[in-house]
Amino acid sequence: MKSVPTTLRQLMRDRSAALGFFLVVLVVVAAILAPWISPHPEAVWDMNPANRLKPPSRTWLFGTDRMGADIFSRVLFGARITLMIALVAVGASLLIGVPIGLWAGWSEWWIGEALMRVSDVFLAVPQIVLAIAIAQTLGPSIENVILALSVTYWPWFARLVYAEVRALKRETFIEAAIALGVPPRRIVLQHVLPNVASPIIVRASIGMGFTILTAASLGFLGLGAPPPAPEWGRMISESREFLPETWWYALAPGVAIFIVVMGFNLLGDGLRDVLDPRLRRSHDR
Amino acid sequence: MRILALVAKRLFWFVPTAAGLIAVVFFISRVIPSDPVALIAGETASRAQIEVLRTKLGLDRPLPVQLVDYYRQLLKGDLGTSLFTTRPVADDLFARLPATIELTVAAMLIAVSIGIPLGVISATRRNSGIDHGLRIASVAGLAIASFWLALILQLLFSMKLGVLPLQGRIAGFPPRAVTGFMTIDALIAGRADRFWSALAHLALPAITLAVPALATIVRFTRAGVLDTLGRPFVDYQRATGIPRALIVWKYVLRNALTSTVTQIGLLFGILLAGAVVIETVFQWPGIGTYAFEAILHSDYAAVMGFTVYAGGIFMLVNLLVDVVHGLIDPRGGTA
Repeated sequence: MKSVPTTLRQLMRDRSAALGFFLVVLVVVAAILAPWISPHPEAVWDMNPANRLKPPSRTWLFGTDRMGADIFSRVLFGARITLMIALVAVGASLLIGVPIGLWAGWSEWWIGEALMRVSDVFLAVPQIVLAIAIAQTLGPSIENVILALSVTYWPWFARLVYAEVRALKRETFIEAAIALGVPPRRIVLQHVLPNVASPIIVRASIGMGFTILTAASLGFLGLGAPPPAPEWGRMISESREFLPETWWYALAPGVAIFIVVMGFNLLGDGLRDVLDPRLRRSHDR
Repeated sequence: MRILALVAKRLFWFVPTAAGLIAVVFFISRVIPSDPVALIAGETASRAQIEVLRTKLGLDRPLPVQLVDYYRQLLKGDLGTSLFTTRPVADDLFARLPATIELTVAAMLIAVSIGIPLGVISATRRNSGIDHGLRIASVAGLAIASFWLALILQLLFSMKLGVLPLQGRIAGFPPRAVTGFMTIDALIAGRADRFWSALAHLALPAITLAVPALATIVRFTRAGVLDTLGRPFVDYQRATGIPRALIVWKYVLRNALTSTVTQIGLLFGILLAGAVVIETVFQWPGIGTYAFEAILHSDYAAVMGFTVYAGGIFMLVNLLVDVVHGLIDPRGGTA
C-alpha cells in the first residue's frame, strides 16, 4: 500500500486519471457548496408557477422545471443526494463485504464458505433486478434506495477480498508469520488487510460510478426519493411529458450523471494502474 | 472429458444457487413487508377481507412451510397470478418474451459487429489518435445513464428530425404472429412495408442498449488482442511473411476473443433479464415494460415473478457461457 501523497502524485501524471480526479472533486465541491453557489437557492423546492418551464437564460442558467424551480440549482442540490446515496451504499457494502471476505478467506470454516455461497446468489442476478424488488417492497425513499443498493452490492467486495485472501495465504511472508506464532487476528489485520487494500479501493471507486447509475435508474423508475427532492433520475423522468418543447429539462441532470460517473470510472482505472500493477489496463475488467 | 466435468460442476452448483435466489426473493416478498397480505390486498381492503385473503393464500402458516410451498409452486412453473392482468405471471412473461429476445438480439448484433472490429483497430494502432479516441469513447459509453441517452435519441431522431418512430413496436396492425419476432413475421407475411416499420421501431431502443455493450466489447477485445499480439506465435508468423492483416484478423483474433465471448454472454443475460428502464422509455412491449407496469401498479406477485424469471434466465445464460468458454478455451483456467 502506497502513501496517499505518492498515490496522488502518480495519479496526476496520468492524464485521464487526473481528469477523473478533477471531475470527482468538482462534483464534491458543488455538492458541499450547493447552498452558496446556487443562483436561486430559494427556487429549489418551492412552487413558482410564474416561472414554469422557462428556457435557459441569464437568470435561469439551465432553464426551469414544471414547478418553476431553477434546474441549475436543483442539479447542484441533487449532487448532495447522489453522492450521499452512493457513499453510504458503497460504505455499507464495504463494511459488510470486507470483513466477511477476510474472515471466510482466512478461516475456511464452513460458515464462511456458506456466506460466500450466499454472495454467489446475489452475484448470480443483475444488481438492478434485486434492487428493484427490494426498493419496490420497501416503498420509495432515499433510505430504501440505499438499503437496496447496499444489500445487493456487498457480495462484490466479499468475493474480491475472499479471492485475494485465499491467494495471500499461500505467500511465504504469511506462512512465516503463522510459523512464528503471530496471532491470526494480527496477521489478518496487519499483514493481510494492507495487501488487499488496493483492489478494494479500486473496486470502491468503480463501484461509486456503478451505484450512482443504478440509483439514478431507481429514481427514474419512481422508486427513489419522493417528488420535491431534486434527485437526478427523477428529474429526467419528469421531463418526459414536456418533450420536445422543453429540451433543456432533461439535459442538465443527464450531463451531471455523466460527469460524476465518468469521474469515478476514470479515477478507478487510474488507481488500478497506480496501486495494482498486476492488473494493468490491458487486463481490463 | 474436461468439458463434461466442468458442466457437471456448474450444474451441481446451479441448483443450490437457484434455490438460494428463490429464498432471497421469498424473503423480500414475505418477510420484509410488515404485512404482505395487506400489501397484496391493496389500500381499500377491509380488515376482514385481509384475513380471508390471508387464509386463502396460505400466508397464515409458518414461514418455513410457506417457503416449501413456494418451491413446490415454482417447480410446477407457477410464478403466481398478476393482480393487474389477472393472468398467471408465467403466461404474461412468456407472451412478452419474443419482444425482449428480438430487442436483445438486435442490440447485441449492433454491439458485436461494431465493437469487435473497433477493439482490434484500437489494439493494433495502440497509443495512436484513434486508440485514444476509442478509449475515451468506451469509458464515456459506460458512464452515460442509458435512460437519458434514450430520451436524447428520441428527442433528436423522433421529435426534431422525425426520421424514426418514438416508441412501440410497429405502426398499424402487426403481421400474423408466427415466430413472435415482428421483423421476421413481416417477412414471412411478405409485407415489406411492415418489415421496414418494425425495423425502424427497433432502431432506437436497440442502439440505446447497444451503447454500453459496445463500450464493454471494445475494451475487452482491445485487451485480448494486445495480450495475444505479444505471444511468440505472432512473431513466428510475421517472420514467415504471412500478411499482417491475415495474422491479426484470423489467428490473433481467434485467440484474443475468449474473454470477449464471456462478456458478450453476460451482456446477453443482462438484456434478456429485461431492460426495465429502456423498454419502458420506448414502450417496447417486452419483459422489462411488464416489470415496470408491475412496479407502477404495486403488482406484487408480478414483481416477484419477474425477479425469479430474471434471476433464472441470467443464471442459465451464465451456465451456457461457462460451457462455451470451456469449449473455445480448453485450457480451462479462468472458467
